[in-house]
Amino acid sequence: MVNNLKVNDINDIDVDQNINIINDFSIQVATPNGSGSQTSNLVLLRSLFKMGIPSSGKNLFPSNIQGMPTWYTIRCSQAGYVARRDSIQIMVLMNPETALQDINNIQSGGVCLYPESAKYNFDREDITYYPMPVKRLAKESGVSSALRPYVSNMVYVGVLASVLSIDLLEIESALSWHFKGRQKLVDTNMPVIQAAFDWSRENLTKTDRFQVERTNSTDGTIMVDGNFAAALGAIYGGVTVMAWYPITPSTSLADSLTEYARLLRHDAEGHATYSIIQAEDELAAAGMIMGAGWAGARAMTATSGPGISLMSEFAGFGYYAEIPAVIWDVQRVGPSTGLPTRVSQGDLTACHWSSHGDTEHICLLPGNVAECFEFGWRAFDIAEQYQTPVFVLSDLDLGMNNWMTKPFNYPDKPMNRGKVLTADQVNENGFKRYFDLDGDGIPYRTLPGTVANGASYFTRGSGHDESAKYSEDPLDYATNMSRLRRKIDSSRETLPAPIVEHNKTASIGFVGFGSTDPAIIEARDRLAVIGVASSYLRIRALPASLTVSDFIASHERVYVVEMNIEGQLHKLIQIQSPELATKVLSLAHCDGLPLTASCIVSEILEQERGPNGKIKD
Amino acid sequence: MGKSRINTNLIGLEKQDYKGSPTTLCAGCGHNSISSQIITAAFELGLQPEQVIKISGIGCSSKSPAYFMNRSFAFNSVHGRMPSVASGAMLANRDLVTIGISGDGDTGSIGLGQFKHAMRRNTPMIYIVENNGVYGLTKGQFSVTADEGQNLKYYGKNDLPPLDLCLEAIVADCGFVARSFAGDPKQVRPLLKAAISYDGAALLDIISPCVAFNNTSDSTKGYDWVKEHDDPLHDITYIPIQEEVTTQYNPGDTSMVTLHDGSQILLRKLDESYDPTDKLGAIQALQSANNEESLLTGLIYYDPNRPNLIQSENLVESPLVQLTTDALRPNEESLSQIMSNL
Repeated sequence: MVNNLKVNDINDIDVDQNINIINDFSIQVATPNGSGSQTSNLVLLRSLFKMGIPSSGKNLFPSNIQGMPTWYTIRCSQAGYVARRDSIQIMVLMNPETALQDINNIQSGGVCLYPESAKYNFDREDITYYPMPVKRLAKESGVSSALRPYVSNMVYVGVLASVLSIDLLEIESALSWHFKGRQKLVDTNMPVIQAAFDWSRENLTKTDRFQVERTNSTDGTIMVDGNFAAALGAIYGGVTVMAWYPITPSTSLADSLTEYARLLRHDAEGHATYSIIQAEDELAAAGMIMGAGWAGARAMTATSGPGISLMSEFAGFGYYAEIPAVIWDVQRVGPSTGLPTRVSQGDLTACHWSSHGDTEHICLLPGNVAECFEFGWRAFDIAEQYQTPVFVLSDLDLGMNNWMTKPFNYPDKPMNRGKVLTADQVNENGFKRYFDLDGDGIPYRTLPGTVANGASYFTRGSGHDESAKYSEDPLDYATNMSRLRRKIDSSRETLPAPIVEHNKTASIGFVGFGSTDPAIIEARDRLAVIGVASSYLRIRALPASLTVSDFIASHERVYVVEMNIEGQLHKLIQIQSPELATKVLSLAHCDGLPLTASCIVSEILEQERGPNGKIKD
Repeated sequence: MGKSRINTNLIGLEKQDYKGSPTTLCAGCGHNSISSQIITAAFELGLQPEQVIKISGIGCSSKSPAYFMNRSFAFNSVHGRMPSVASGAMLANRDLVTIGISGDGDTGSIGLGQFKHAMRRNTPMIYIVENNGVYGLTKGQFSVTADEGQNLKYYGKNDLPPLDLCLEAIVADCGFVARSFAGDPKQVRPLLKAAISYDGAALLDIISPCVAFNNTSDSTKGYDWVKEHDDPLHDITYIPIQEEVTTQYNPGDTSMVTLHDGSQILLRKLDESYDPTDKLGAIQALQSANNEESLLTGLIYYDPNRPNLIQSENLVESPLVQLTTDALRPNEESLSQIMSNL
């Protein structure tokens, strides 16, 4: 059975049977970048989602403003799978440059929509072609020639609505939502969609078998991107100083923060209870949040790989001088400029050990948009509790693409402002900035402006003693560093705990983090179908809970799934549990695209197959 | 009674309350005399020491916050990044008084960008550059303010022209640009006080000779040269808000500048034609002085009208760090509303 399994999912929707395929297909729209197709794609996605069809949308875009190829993929999955999938059933070819390559990516039995004016000589006979009169319908819409390229993209919305039976009312309300209720824009676009729909009904004979049906599967869910979620989380976490520098794919986090803070965070006179500064660079952004965190603000920045490199000096400063701050890293592909608009999880070790000298930073690893929101506020509590910079590692897929989620839960804990002494407390008990009074490695701090005898201290990145005085004394240095070690270690079991699904019958387990979650879920289901049971542990923070070691110990083999080349989490786990190192195998894969279940399944079958071709016990 | 009055300031503190730790800089270093002027200025103005933050970068200059105002909070940051740390701290707590201490290497090289951006944003802070034209801690390399053609023992001849930090500040729209000399406490002190009273970014570029590496007779950053070539624009008197101006002055040869807190500085003009509110004139005067190898000192440029960073950020009156959960965490209903609109 295993040997017959199609591990490459290029043809994984079963179209051989002569029955309709309901709510289970992928639509890909190929366009030149900057041609204004995003509105059309998001409207389609939202319409499908609002019809109750579990859907996800992924934008595969180039590092370019205009002209280079872009693909937007919408996956509908009645089973609720939202990971990327290689196979495409319905292709909309709006980019002549990539048409010949795109046509080959359509699954046999699939559909190809294209502008009839393109006059392609396609030779595939196993797919259905629907040429669309794009130019004519755009022209007949009566919009100015400047707007015509935009409304042109509405033609495929109308044709798809007709071919797949997408409710036009849902499309209209998605348009209205997208344009934030501006009726004039709806009135410009909707007639084109309607005209294309009508043309399609009159002129096309449906020969494919894909269609949608309304369900209630998305009731009670919303659809948002992770950067929005993170920004909103930060606002409810009481962020007071945000300093940032534009960089893909983190920019929309700062943009969302700006948009929603303006709505939510001002006093009765309209004065802001926060400050958002677009710094001159990431060095300055890091400096600003250090200064702000030191002064007592809930300070954060959002950046991506190159910014992480630039901020590393201050990360080390914050670790050593013990300054709370939150650093969001919306990861893209490195090293160096890498692939700026593609996804990876390649910054794990760079963040965990950021800066020269011995450091170990707390890292939070949200695996879905709800956790982007939750860690958005919790990160401040953790940073202030441990008086240290906290990294939150999202990525381009999680941050910039749209995901279904339950509405976010309001913070269920009061703010934890950490060990901050008041003037009275200082006057009563005295104060030594780096003295481990409680034995937990976490000292007390005072905020600048605290008027009390002995409240002030000298913060420095150079060697210091318990009283924050300059010291090159070997014992002072060693004592301080070992306290910092203890402090970070003590966070291990208080940070967001791993999510564990322990399958008692399984001999293998998966360990993952972040946005690979949907691919791992889907891969496990597919493996289960062919008799390969598995357990799953998703790490949500570093330093990792010792639960991870227990999980490894209770399985024969554990695969660490991650989107990078070196297997960074795999190595971190081996370091944490050297005695279990041989049981931990790396399933690291990175090509800039979100991970697919097929990739995991084929890798597992490869590794789990014994010499006789059978799956190991 | 009478005696204690003499020894305490407006808020009842003694000068001792503004002292720092013993300096570890070289004997005769200009930085030490700047530190002592900061102590005196802060004492005389009656600043609450704990409300003052001392932010610095890296270098000899950046060590000096340890040598004044021990009761203040200090942040000795990383090289060239004092301005960003100071900006963050000010945004967090607008009630603080920020004294930024930097040097010509810290500000003019690695920190030039942050320096100019802090000026451009008008971050409320006193930005002191202790300018000696040389790297002291690494033993005598030229800095960007070193003279073109100058020779130093270990590094030979400097082929590059100097950057003038006052010019850089003016073109970045800093509204308080002053230059002085560490060996002239009578000028440094009123300028310091005026800078503290100014509600925006105030640059004090203070020539502060390095006795170890750059105090040669031909260095424009040496004691002898400056004493010979100092060209003060005016005699400066700082008049705190509490004191009425009683001195008789002739408006023709004096000008009065009122600072944001109501205090004033009286500039008794030495150069009749000089107007510190004329931006182009200030640029021209600096450039001419550089061409003529003289050192222009005093309040070179003054513009009180630009909004500072706190104002342009439209911040609430209360420092952000003092806001409680009520102000920081929007209510549960607001979240439900956002969720239901998605």
